[in-house]
Amino acid sequence: MHVPDGFFNAATSVSAGAVAAAGVAVCLRGARRELDDRTAPMAGLVAAFIFAVQMLNFPVAAGTSGHLLGGALAAILVGPYTGVLCMAVVLLVQGVFFADGGLTALGINITIMGIVTVLVGWGVFRLVTRLAGGKVALAAFLGSLVSVPAAALVFTVLFWIGGTAPIEVGAVAAAMGGVHVLIGVGEAVITAVTVSAVLAVRPDLVYGARGLAKPLVLRGAEGTSTTVDEQPEPAAAPGKLRPFLLGGLGLALVLAGIVSFFASSSPDGLEAVAENKGFIDQASDHLFGSWALADYGEVGGIPVGVAGIIGVGAVLLVAGAVAYAARGRAKVKA
Amino acid sequence: MGAGHHHQLYLPGDSVVHRLPPQCKLLAVFAFAIVVVATPRERFWAFAAYAVLLGAVALVARVPGTYVLRRMAIEVPFVLFAFLIPVIGLGERTTILGMSLSVPGLWAAWNILAKATLGVIASILLAATTEPRVILIGAQRLRLPALLVQIAMFMLRYMDVIVDEMRRMRVARESRGFEARDLRQVPVIARSAGALFIRSYERGERVHLAMLSRGYSGQMPILHDISASVRQWGIALALPAVALAVWGLSW
Repeated sequence: MHVPDGFFNAATSVSAGAVAAAGVAVCLRGARRELDDRTAPMAGLVAAFIFAVQMLNFPVAAGTSGHLLGGALAAILVGPYTGVLCMAVVLLVQGVFFADGGLTALGINITIMGIVTVLVGWGVFRLVTRLAGGKVALAAFLGSLVSVPAAALVFTVLFWIGGTAPIEVGAVAAAMGGVHVLIGVGEAVITAVTVSAVLAVRPDLVYGARGLAKPLVLRGAEGTSTTVDEQPEPAAAPGKLRPFLLGGLGLALVLAGIVSFFASSSPDGLEAVAENKGFIDQASDHLFGSWALADYGEVGGIPVGVAGIIGVGAVLLVAGAVAYAARGRAKVKA
Repeated sequence: MGAGHHHQLYLPGDSVVHRLPPQCKLLAVFAFAIVVVATPRERFWAFAAYAVLLGAVALVARVPGTYVLRRMAIEVPFVLFAFLIPVIGLGERTTILGMSLSVPGLWAAWNILAKATLGVIASILLAATTEPRVILIGAQRLRLPALLVQIAMFMLRYMDVIVDEMRRMRVARESRGFEARDLRQVPVIARSAGALFIRSYERGERVHLAMLSRGYSGQMPILHDISASVRQWGIALALPAVALAVWGLSW
């Protein structure tokens, strides 16, 4: 899924780069709170782990195999902020040293595979652990199951806005969705079993399971049992659900806004295609062909200026939502 | 264990390109990639000129073409995707070799192939002529956050260790008759991943303690400062400058 250069137009690449930079900046501060001066070595080692795990191929269906994205896994094991950082560093290293993923597409790659998978995976994970009463493996399964198609969906939406290939969005969505639901199942099984395996050996290492341990019960020889009160953990996880939900909500609102905005113009094109076969070339030329042409004053029927303002607004909204999530967390801790 | 990726990625040498400070090369490659992506796809000869430019850099840096070709295998999945676009693309269709292909789809495939290939070659040349650690120092000089650079440095340093550890686990699994055939074998692989995570995390804790005992206070000492002279900047930025000139001339 590493996007190369030339796959998205320059405006989309730059906007996604701004979103990625804002997200990484917030996570740098958040990770310092999660790990303080251990951040560099710990996040570095976990990033190396994610890099190694991404090389693990698992058979999906007959003949095909997929590999882990690892976003949800990282979020559950080491926390969302550190998770985003690790994914971003893995993508950075893959892009710069291994030429895997284009340099100009780095922002897009970090946004899709780092921020979206971690946010969605962690959000669903927290929601399920809250609702299902601490079933960590189930929550890990559902979190990573949703995170992969969500990433594919965001890719499709970005492709719709700034892709350079004239493919019907429905076809892209169907292909990406179908394949990634399958990959999501594999990712979900691996993530759930991996998290359970770590829980069985070192439950203290699983960030997402902090505060879920049962209190220690001392049973005496006479049948008495005393419950030892848990010491208040300074870095306990609970209470961070809301900021993440808000962050996710903000992201969803922004995406929904963009989708509805573009959706309002596309039915006309589709209807026209259906009505008038002769119009099909013109319509598709207009809808897709012009997007890559910088000389045109319009992008898909929308003046470039308006599109630019919308893009900047979207970036600001995303950055604001992420920043708000970080601020809310600091308040909870204080 | 000191061997591994670094030696595969980096081709030691002593050319002008090798000696340039990393921040200059990083900025040059980034600017070059942006110029390439911003070039309209109809300007065939501009792309040819970009390819010639990269060829000249490879020649000066004495990076063999076979090496670049081998590393370009990373691009294969997207090349396959690019070949698919004309088949499933929309719009006006034409017939080539008995296949009905979409004309805008052909343009898009050409666009992706050309730009992705040029970007990949530029990245390969950067990695081949600069040590990974030095690239990160250059990135820090370009104001990438220090913490991010530190994380990336630790990742680079321990990547080979962790990957080797995973390889040993695989050898252990396979020497006991394990073979991944379908989803039923996934739990075994996932438990290996869990063990790998615990080993990585505990190694991180040990590394942190070892650093503390050597006086780490959250900042990495900079052992040798690399500053670039105006001349070096000039040499490095010649690549994107010529590319930009080509772009301007091709109007």
